[in-house]
This record gives sequence, C-alpha cells and structure tokens, in this order.
Amino acid sequence: MSRTPCEACEELLQGYLDRALTDSEVGRAESHLDACDYCRRRYRFEESLRKYVQTTAAERMPVGLMEKLAQLRSSP
Amino acid sequence: MVEAEPEIEGRRIAAEARDRVRFEEEALALADQVYRVARRLVGTREEAEDLVQDTYSRAFRSWRSYTPGTNLRAWLLRILTNLNLDRGRKVQRTPDTQPIEEGDYYLANKMVEASGEQVLDQDRVVEKLSQDSIVTALSSLPHDFRDTVVLVDIGEFSYADAAQILDIPIGTVMSRLHRGRRLLKQELAEGRLA
Repeated sequence: MSRTPCEACEELLQGYLDRALTDSEVGRAESHLDACDYCRRRYRFEESLRKYVQTTAAERMPVGLMEKLAQLRSSP
Repeated sequence: MVEAEPEIEGRRIAAEARDRVRFEEEALALADQVYRVARRLVGTREEAEDLVQDTYSRAFRSWRSYTPGTNLRAWLLRILTNLNLDRGRKVQRTPDTQPIEEGDYYLANKMVEASGEQVLDQDRVVEKLSQDSIVTALSSLPHDFRDTVVLVDIGEFSYADAAQILDIPIGTVMSRLHRGRRLLKQELAEGRLA
C-alpha cells in the first residue's frame, strides 16, 4: 500500500474520534476534515466501524446468571 | 445507662446491614454490563459466566473496601480483570506474538481496493463485515491489547478508568488502544478480504 500524504493525520483523527484531543488539536483535526475528502471518508468509516464493533460484540447476559449472582449475596 | 451501649451497637449493625444491601443491589444492577465486557475478554460463554460469578462472590465479600459514590462498575471490572489475569497465569499459554502493524486506514483502504470508494458509505460497513468476523478478530488480539480495546470500545470506559482497572499508566492505555485497534482492523481486513 503506497503512503498517502494524509497518513500523518490518522493518529490525530483517532484521538478526535475518542474525544481525547486538546482544543487546539480539535481545531486542527476539524479544519483538516473540512478540507480533505480522503480523510473525511475514512473518518466516517472509522466512526461507523467503532459503533458497529460495539453493537455486534455486545452479548447479553445469559438467562439464569442473575439468579446465580443474587444467590451469592451475603445479606438476607 | 447499662442499656445504652447495646442500643448503639444495634443501630450500627442495622446501618451496616442497610449499606450492604444497597451495595449488593447496585452491584447486581450492573451485572449485564459487567458480563458484556467479561464475555469479550474470554473465549467462551461458560468462562464468562464463571468469571462474573467469581467477581461477584469476591465483591460481596469485600464490599467494605468499595468507597460509596465512586465508580462501582470500574471497581467491579478491576476485580474481574485481576481474576482473569490470575486465571490466565494458571493456563499454559503461548507467548503473544507481535504481528507486523499496518496503519489506521488499512481496513478502509483494503475495502476500497476490493469494492471501490462507495464501500466507505456508512451503512455499507455493516454489510461487509459479519458479527462472527468481529468477534473472531477481537478474540485473536494479544491479551494486553484486547483488554484495553474491550474496556474502552465495548465497556465504554474512559482512558482514565481503563488505566485504573488495568493498573497501567494512561499513556499505556492510549498506545495499547491505538495498536489494538490497528491489529483488529488488520485481522478484519485479512479475514474478510483474503
């Protein structure tokens, strides 16, 4: 895969996605996203992938486990 | 005044019993969220159930060491990840390999190569990746990376909470998260598009 000029922005956009950037970094990320179609598309992809991983990997507690846990209580 | 002391003691015991009941109820209300994280940290549903039961058993025994008003879910997960670590030490393990790392856009670029730019439209991601592939890719991550990715991306813990749960510096959470997500995308790209 050939390097694109925007690979330097990848890390910045990951932080932006996590809302973990300082105000000045947020400004940098947002002005880059406004100007760069390549990164904007990939940012949207990362955003939906993150949400998709979260929903598909979530598995509900099996029926019956709650009862077993309640039985571990020490109070009456 | 002979009666006063037993009375004070009785009130203290009653107050402690109330605190304990409240603690247990609050902890049980979080069971589904605790299970969700546990399920992705271990290989099978049975292991996850055992791990959650061991966690609650220990939590109920050591409820006094929880400070009311602090993050109970993080407190429970700290017990859980420690138990999981102990369990991992007992099992014969092959050392985690450090695969070659691709960039953040690796999966996106691979998908574009395979099907063109339109594949990056939001809803198409869902069509291209199956639930199985996500679960398999997560479970294939080296455990340090998986723990961090699962806590932050599935458990929705902050970097600070994940650092506290795993007892590692926040900078380590960030680097493991970053590398873990890259490896996850690499797995997905290779599993899906190979």
